[in-house]
Amino acid sequence: MSAGRTLLEIQNISKSFGGLIAVNSLSFNVKEQEVVGVIGPNGSGKTTVMNLISGVFPLTSGTIRLAGRELSNRPAHKIARAGVGRTFQLVRVLPRLSVIDNVIAGAVFGHRRRWGYDAESMATHLLDRVGLADKQSQPVSALTYIDQKRVELARALAGEPQVLLLDEWLAGLNPSELQTGIELIESLSNEGRTIILVEHVMDAIRTLCDRCIVVNSGKLIAEGTPEQVLSDPTVISAYLGED
Amino acid sequence: MSRKEVVPLLIGVVLVVVAALVPYVANGYWLSIALTAMMYIALSTSWALFSGPTHYISLASGAFFGVGGYLVATGMSDYNQSFWLMMAISALVATVLAGLIGLATLRLSGVYFVIFTLGLAEMIRNLVSWVQNNFLGSRGLYVLTDFTEAHIYWMLLAVATAVFIFGWLIDRSRLGFALKIIGNDETVARHVGINTAWTKVILFMSTGFFAALVGAIIAPRYSYIEPNLVFSPELSFLVVIMALLGGTHRLWGPLVGVIPFTLIWEAISIWIPNFTTLFLGLAFLTIVYFIPNGFVGLFEKLRAKSRSWQ
Repeated sequence: MSAGRTLLEIQNISKSFGGLIAVNSLSFNVKEQEVVGVIGPNGSGKTTVMNLISGVFPLTSGTIRLAGRELSNRPAHKIARAGVGRTFQLVRVLPRLSVIDNVIAGAVFGHRRRWGYDAESMATHLLDRVGLADKQSQPVSALTYIDQKRVELARALAGEPQVLLLDEWLAGLNPSELQTGIELIESLSNEGRTIILVEHVMDAIRTLCDRCIVVNSGKLIAEGTPEQVLSDPTVISAYLGED
Repeated sequence: MSRKEVVPLLIGVVLVVVAALVPYVANGYWLSIALTAMMYIALSTSWALFSGPTHYISLASGAFFGVGGYLVATGMSDYNQSFWLMMAISALVATVLAGLIGLATLRLSGVYFVIFTLGLAEMIRNLVSWVQNNFLGSRGLYVLTDFTEAHIYWMLLAVATAVFIFGWLIDRSRLGFALKIIGNDETVARHVGINTAWTKVILFMSTGFFAALVGAIIAPRYSYIEPNLVFSPELSFLVVIMALLGGTHRLWGPLVGVIPFTLIWEAISIWIPNFTTLFLGLAFLTIVYFIPNGFVGLFEKLRAKSRSWQ
């Protein structure tokens, strides 16, 4: 599936917060239709990488390009319009809006700027896609945790992103929900979507990812297929510590 | 249009017509109360268009209102300009001023924004006073027109109606939807592609525009104007309290707060004039402790309860 051209180019990006270097000169590329996993121990800078791509805060140095267009240091809403959709590590739904309005929110301000019936039918379709067809008029606060995560995913998809960033989308799910979740992401990947996912669930990494990058202390320490990186001694010692 | 939209529209038209007839049945004292209420309906409703969905509490209404009143007064008494021209200029100036204040402050959140708007409004008041006293002659300004109370009342009704139409249009636009999303979660708003800074600034500018119009129209009622009178911090607080008392999550919410509040305020001013500030405080405590979503929120809660009983 990873035969396409390079879609996202990340070159030597760094981010420091005061004296703390959270991301240290990291580079990797993502090809069209590829699913790339970003893994690493807690506090290694994975979420910071996602936040840098989606423009939560500016880069200290380095460049990010999406299909040749420079994204670095542009505000988050411009990056979203350029085609980067995301979910959040701690689920963020719009609590006082209905389920369908939560998803419409993703469609209205994306690069296609859908509105009215167009946005609504798209949202209905996506809710069906993530398995929430029967709950669209409920208030979002009435949903279970996994259903709120589905809403968030549908909202990200509604912007028709070129790259979808999933920040621990599978975290906090019980074993049967996890299976459903993995199948859902797999079906998105089969549609030909380009996805970057930060994940701790190794089963998910093995099933979903074409390629993985491993981050430790803000640096890239390994890159390759899930099997390759998970058997790499540097990766194992990063997770488990040295003897 | 569906029936769901036509009915409120018809009610709106009827209310405007009824309101327009008030000067024919009320005069003197009661007309002057109606006039005050109409002024606060325009101010509070316009304030709530911005602050309702975003939860940014602005205490700058007095500054924009003051720009309206003061510019009309200066223009008419010192430069012999017409009332209409000065009204247009003051609305424009206040809109630009609101844009500048918005750009400077809307990155602040919560209590910082509240304090900052209050501080800025006070600064503008003192600055205008200082300029007036030192350079333009330390005296008040006269606004002499042929307008009767009824004329002023009708002009305010026109502004209030414009505010309602504007609010109705915003509610069904992308801009209104963006505001709702910002009020729910500003981070999400940015990541679905909303330019949050501009969205907030544009709406804030509209509150500046309407407040200045109201201030300009009210100026002939006072006839004698000095900066400390029109740049009134009390007005900023009254606008906020009346809007919150009614409820800011519906377009007609502030209206429901303004009418009883104005009546009680008038009564207190007559019988126990020193207690108006106390009443203001009590109203504020009532909002915070008992009706956080205003009368409209209370009404909606009761209706939901009675439905679940059936």
